[in-house]
Amino acid sequence: MEDIATLTLAGALDGLKKKEFSSVELNQALVDSIDKKDGDLKAYLKMDPEYILKQAAESDQKRAAGDDSSLLGVPIAIKDLINVKGESCSCASRQLEKYNALYDATVAAKLRYAGAVFAGRTNMDEFAMGSSTENSAFQITRNPHNLECVPGGSSGGSAAAVAGGEAIAALGTDTGGSIRQPASFCGCVGMKPSYGRVSRYGVTAYASSLDQVGPMTKTVEDAAILLKELAGFDPHDGTTLDVKVPDYQAHLTGGMKGLKIGLPKEFYVDGSDPEVSQAVLKAVESCRAAGAEIVDVSLPHTEYAIAVYYILATAEASANLARFDGVRFGHRAESPKSVFDLYAQSRAEGFGTEVKRRIILGTYVLSSGYYDAYYGKAQKARTLIREDYTKAFEKCDVLMTPVSPTPAYKIGEASQDPLKMYLGDIFTVPANLAGICGISLPCGSTRGGLPVGLQILGPAFGEERILKTAYAFEQMQGA
Amino acid sequence: MSQSIDVAYVSELARIALTDDETKLFQGQLETIVDYVEKINGLDLDNIKPTMHGQVSTNFFRDDVVSPSLDREAVLDNAPARTDSEFKLPKIVEDA
Repeated sequence: MEDIATLTLAGALDGLKKKEFSSVELNQALVDSIDKKDGDLKAYLKMDPEYILKQAAESDQKRAAGDDSSLLGVPIAIKDLINVKGESCSCASRQLEKYNALYDATVAAKLRYAGAVFAGRTNMDEFAMGSSTENSAFQITRNPHNLECVPGGSSGGSAAAVAGGEAIAALGTDTGGSIRQPASFCGCVGMKPSYGRVSRYGVTAYASSLDQVGPMTKTVEDAAILLKELAGFDPHDGTTLDVKVPDYQAHLTGGMKGLKIGLPKEFYVDGSDPEVSQAVLKAVESCRAAGAEIVDVSLPHTEYAIAVYYILATAEASANLARFDGVRFGHRAESPKSVFDLYAQSRAEGFGTEVKRRIILGTYVLSSGYYDAYYGKAQKARTLIREDYTKAFEKCDVLMTPVSPTPAYKIGEASQDPLKMYLGDIFTVPANLAGICGISLPCGSTRGGLPVGLQILGPAFGEERILKTAYAFEQMQGA
Repeated sequence: MSQSIDVAYVSELARIALTDDETKLFQGQLETIVDYVEKINGLDLDNIKPTMHGQVSTNFFRDDVVSPSLDREAVLDNAPARTDSEFKLPKIVEDA
């Protein structure tokens, strides 16, 4: 069998179908690989070999009995805020250290239905709040390309696992870039679907008007395979739209010819690391050489995106995390003296610093007298950002931009300055605010050997288009 | 300048008991962040409609049918303290 480090989801499915290896053999190889590498990477919060191999054995029996479900026997790593019935689901928080999921998230149920093996719980920033995975209450995940660097975040565990040879594919979530940025830092493919494309039922909420679940994989084809399984209307999530799910994999055809690629000038400004800009512009140039038309577009409200995002996301977070009160689940303080104390002490002890910071900021912007000044205005500014994208997509098919202004940075380098960390999300948050889809895929590396990601953005429910474009680019890279 | 966020007061609203050191740290950091986000005041937002959701959709209603609820044992097992059939809470009525 091929090494887990290079084995793709498509390759694993093919090998299983052709009986080149069994699911038990595949999953044993995965477990061995995690055992060997996770001491360094620390991508997983939990990985139970017995549980994985039991699922693998069951899937081998099913296959022997004629079952040919679409993901049968393939292990998928799961970000630790997606509920899988009976498994732990800590959200990398002390608050949920002992929590076991009571039901399957819709995406977990879909993977289960497709026959996938649940391969372990990946590390993340606590409650998905962060851009480096340093905010996990339990461990620091390291970048597989340089162990002194962060893997990005918040889905840093999933990205490090996929890029570091500890997973075939993984699920992440993206509220302001939490799939795309770690994919860029670690050198894998990460896709944020359009808002409403994938159900969030059973996915611990951070900012409900922005959160999406998506695939993190080694190739664009794998992202297409996985997205097809995850996407679709869900009666349990009123924000999903009843729009047909295309066979994304079947549409990965065609090259760059005739494609109109927009370059938003606001994404190519001073302040980005020159090695990042150069790698991205070189990628764009190669698309032009392959027959794409490059057009200049403008997204004039980009400079407001971070401000709008950190008002809306923290406001929604403060409401979503109000459920942690020490009563029915989560951490409870010892011997509280009053009801107020039960809440305030339990929350103080259960939440980490960044989560507290965001809840307090969110509470402030929603508090009496300030609501209109912050939250109300941010919702209006969001409309302007959204309209920027609608207008841009009248002039082009997709947009190409950097994912992050910098490659992965050193552990500890940005964590002391929250605003600096927030500003690093400038190229990813607009897609969440606009509800559109985006994908990050490797397009080069720095002289220091760190990956650089290319972001391809498409209009809402334009997943097919960005996957096709990404696939064409990936083929050119490989050639 | 910032419209003076009062971290001690807001943390009380948020039901988070901060230590003095945390209050001091957050006061400085959040003043900087609040100053930054106030840049949205530079926008002319008159007559702009707010965007409240990630995608324009209308409410939809599920059918009102009986379906199984969560397993009581499993739910209680996740509680910080429990009796046989209920959540157990500390005494909250203060002594007279």
